[in-house]
Amino acid sequence: MELFDLSVITGSLPQFWRGLWMTLQLTGFALLFGFFAAIPLAVLRLSPNRLVAAPVAAYTYFFRGTPMLVQLLLVYYGASQWEWMRAAWEAGHPVWTLFREPYFCALFAFGLNTCAYTVEILAGSMRNTPHGELEAAKAMGMTRLKALQRIVIPSALRRMIPAYSNEVILMLQGSAIASAVTLVDLTGAARDVYSRHFAPFEAFVFVGLIYLALTFVLVGLFKLAEHRWLAHLAPRKAEAGRQS
Amino acid sequence: MKKYALLCAVLALHAGASFAKDWNEIRMASEGAYPPFNTTTADGSMAGFDIDIGNALCEEMKAKCTWVKQEWDGMIPALVSRKFDAIIASMSITEERKAKVDFTDKYYASPLALIAKKGSELRPDLELLKGKKVGVQRGTVSDNFATKYWDGKGLQIVRYAKQDEAYLDLRAGRLDAAFVDYLEAYGGFLTKPEGEGYDVAGDRLFGRNAEEKAVIGEGIGIAVRKRDKELTEKLNQALAAIRANGKYDAIQKKYFPMDIYGN
Repeated sequence: MELFDLSVITGSLPQFWRGLWMTLQLTGFALLFGFFAAIPLAVLRLSPNRLVAAPVAAYTYFFRGTPMLVQLLLVYYGASQWEWMRAAWEAGHPVWTLFREPYFCALFAFGLNTCAYTVEILAGSMRNTPHGELEAAKAMGMTRLKALQRIVIPSALRRMIPAYSNEVILMLQGSAIASAVTLVDLTGAARDVYSRHFAPFEAFVFVGLIYLALTFVLVGLFKLAEHRWLAHLAPRKAEAGRQS
Repeated sequence: MKKYALLCAVLALHAGASFAKDWNEIRMASEGAYPPFNTTTADGSMAGFDIDIGNALCEEMKAKCTWVKQEWDGMIPALVSRKFDAIIASMSITEERKAKVDFTDKYYASPLALIAKKGSELRPDLELLKGKKVGVQRGTVSDNFATKYWDGKGLQIVRYAKQDEAYLDLRAGRLDAAFVDYLEAYGGFLTKPEGEGYDVAGDRLFGRNAEEKAVIGEGIGIAVRKRDKELTEKLNQALAAIRANGKYDAIQKKYFPMDIYGN
């Protein structure tokens, strides 16, 4: 037996390629939804009104307190368990029929999961807004809403970049569980190849390397983002200081 | 370091020697999720046709059977890496698998079947399956068959890690049909309350030509590491013995109203 049989991989490249595309879609769309839904939710999360803040806190507590795999299985198999849901599928109901598709179920679970984490990251960042910024906003005569819109949220979004980069990377790795509901993402492709050739080492080493490469790209992108939007928080360079 | 290596070598030799001579303890692996052949009971142990046959073989060989539960996906790699000594998990004897492990003679045989709603017009024919979703368990003979003859030809093949999950989705309406081992479907789905309203669509598939027959396989055997020829030989002898002394028939009667050995 060869130590590493490359032909297993070269013979299955189209499968891996489709798997990569699926992984990128799932991760990308879930993050997109999670990010934009998190902004209003984070504001509600910090509301002084308990009735508004408590439901959001309960949501983030649930989604951060249970494994994403459990959430995914709950959505996928939970949905098909109800008689009325199946009846709706048969009748072609426009909304409920979405839950028949594993693709939608995965996006639904992943989106809600990453949104919960993003809400907490953003809310934490908003809590730590420097007092000076708030006072300046007040001195300019901004209302609470205007200050939120122009100062607190933009400032918090900048400062959350390092923490959020972790969430993005975790989401990429977390999307590997999509194969549990029949989706053929990168990990699913590896499983298919593995069961066809009985070559777990080759298949998983190869997708492992792809995940590594994707993470490398993400880390690089976030470095650029930090450079662009967090430059004002970086330690000032000595020469630059003298010149100005 | 040298001493340590020497010690390891001696231990390995010793272990190898004691195993090779007399197989008085055999670690058998099964999946525990393929009723009625192997299922997991309420207390976590395994039961079913495979388990009963395995125990009968051990009894015949005067060996002690210990059972290991192993996920289907990793079954053959785990056997090769010595996690256990034999797989008796309704594994079909195929050319691809024979490249990695040895098989005993078959201990039963089973055709493939397409399972769909009663009265369905579907048949295991490419033309009739176009545009449909067909579920298979990943890495099984039905997967191999569907991959070889149907994949990428206008129907969607959905692969599951466990057979039960395919039935769940069939009942939920996510699949139009499940393509499975007939006997497994008979005992694990069609005769159970969950399988009410479902039936075999079209004919059972034994292989319509030599090529299809090669994919479907020679039957179901016990997988053993290639180096353990003795064990394969002993299992074959024991198998012939329980076929002859009626033990096999008694176990078969427990699970099936028909003969499943074939000829």
